[in-house]
Amino acid sequence: MAKLKLALYWAAACGGCDVAVLDINERILKVAELADLLLWPVALDFKYRHVEAMPDGHIDVCLFNGAVRNSENEHVARLLRKKSKVLVAFGSCAYMGGIPGLANFFSRREVLQHVYSDTASTVNPGGTVPLEKVRIPAGELELPTFFQRVRTLDQVVLVDYYLPGCPPVVDQVWAVIEAIAAGNLPPPGSVVGASDSALCDECERKKDEKKIKQFRSVATYRPDPETCLLEQGVICCGPATRAGCGAKCVKANMPCRGCYGPPPGVTDQGAKMLSAVASVVDSDDPAEVERIISQIQDPAGTFYRFSLPSSLLNGAHRKEIA
Amino acid sequence: MTFEPKIVGILCNWCSYTGADLAGTARITYAPNVRIVRVMCSGRVDPTFVLHALRGGADGVLIAGCHPGDCHYQAGNYKAMRRYELLKRVLDQFGVEPARVRLEWVSASEGERFASIVNDMTDKIRALGPFKEAQG
Ligand code: SF4
Ligand code: SF4
Ligand code: SF4
Ligand code: FES
Repeated sequence: MAKLKLALYWAAACGGCDVAVLDINERILKVAELADLLLWPVALDFKYRHVEAMPDGHIDVCLFNGAVRNSENEHVARLLRKKSKVLVAFGSCAYMGGIPGLANFFSRREVLQHVYSDTASTVNPGGTVPLEKVRIPAGELELPTFFQRVRTLDQVVLVDYYLPGCPPVVDQVWAVIEAIAAGNLPPPGSVVGASDSALCDECERKKDEKKIKQFRSVATYRPDPETCLLEQGVICCGPATRAGCGAKCVKANMPCRGCYGPPPGVTDQGAKMLSAVASVVDSDDPAEVERIISQIQDPAGTFYRFSLPSSLLNGAHRKEIA
Repeated sequence: MTFEPKIVGILCNWCSYTGADLAGTARITYAPNVRIVRVMCSGRVDPTFVLHALRGGADGVLIAGCHPGDCHYQAGNYKAMRRYELLKRVLDQFGVEPARVRLEWVSASEGERFASIVNDMTDKIRALGPFKEAQG
């Protein structure tokens, strides 16, 4: 059998997804046996022009991590789509927008202002901000355009498979690589490397009736390790999250933050989480309901932590962002 | 052309839908801006419905159910109230103005009340302008 032609790419990403691939450890040697790597910026020195020179459809499989935040991300997404037979949105950023997608609560101007001026650690007396074009004696320098909104990979090009996780857990990455090498893939458009149920269905904690009068943060409260976290008032995204990670966080006594995205049949992960949280509030009295619910810090950021760009509203709706 | 808001009204079958019907049979004149969707109970209103409506071009969403204590399924309207309390906060973070999404109690005999809620909501949203315009 001919070796699989594999490409890996990172767009608006943190590097964690590439580390998840490296974390398959000695199995990486097996990957080298099964596949020829044609592009992998984190590990190997290839240039975009090498990819541009390939015939269309030359790459068998491209694992693309990161969201689409700027014009370079978009350009490479289109290029790799053209050159690849199978394009996989790898990790929650490519799949749903992920953590970089939280910036969609703000406008481009607000993001730049915050980063280049307002944060406590910024020292920028000259008020220097990135420019798309700069003339220096040696010629003109260019930076990619920073877009108003973060997009998911499938909001830019057609995606064949989605591999969720921030980052995807190593065993799932390996299982998917093996399935690809064996040509053993589900129908295009499927989520791979995860289950078809919600995390709560696979969680082993004791579950009873969920009724709470107080929400709590793990910063100040150590949850009982046996009982459902949501029943203890700790916001756990298990009800609105696809199983597949092996309940990693929950086993470490931390609430699920929702990185595997919505379970099958759920369009908007945040709305589903909103319902789940509202339903545990133990009161019929409007004033008390308000008091309990007001304890939740940043509900939109919590419920849409990984899925804002792929959600029904995509991000904030203010005139400035239009 | 002046802007006419499109409002999706999601009404519970037993009280609010009957109340809206009464507004019609009693020939009360009110703003024609609301498109009514009937559900069995306000407790059936998933926040996803509200987001779908806004995404699909609605400028506002009215959820209406039986007064507290009157829900035909005992507690559906309390469930709606808890969800709405949280939805309000989430929508605020999304920059959706409070006047666009409302939860109201309307009984089967309150045709007048239904009409005045729709009029008030229509006026307030007309002043805000279309929702889509503020969309990226
Ligand atoms: S999905 Fe998570 S680990 Fe992967 S690039 Fe995005 S933030 Fe990093
Ligand atoms: S809410 Fe969290 S802790 Fe509770 S059952 Fe679901 S995953 Fe487990
Ligand atoms: S428990 Fe939740 S946040 Fe943690 S890895 Fe699993 S899906 Fe992601
Ligand atoms: S039946 Fe009217 S609110 Fe439940």
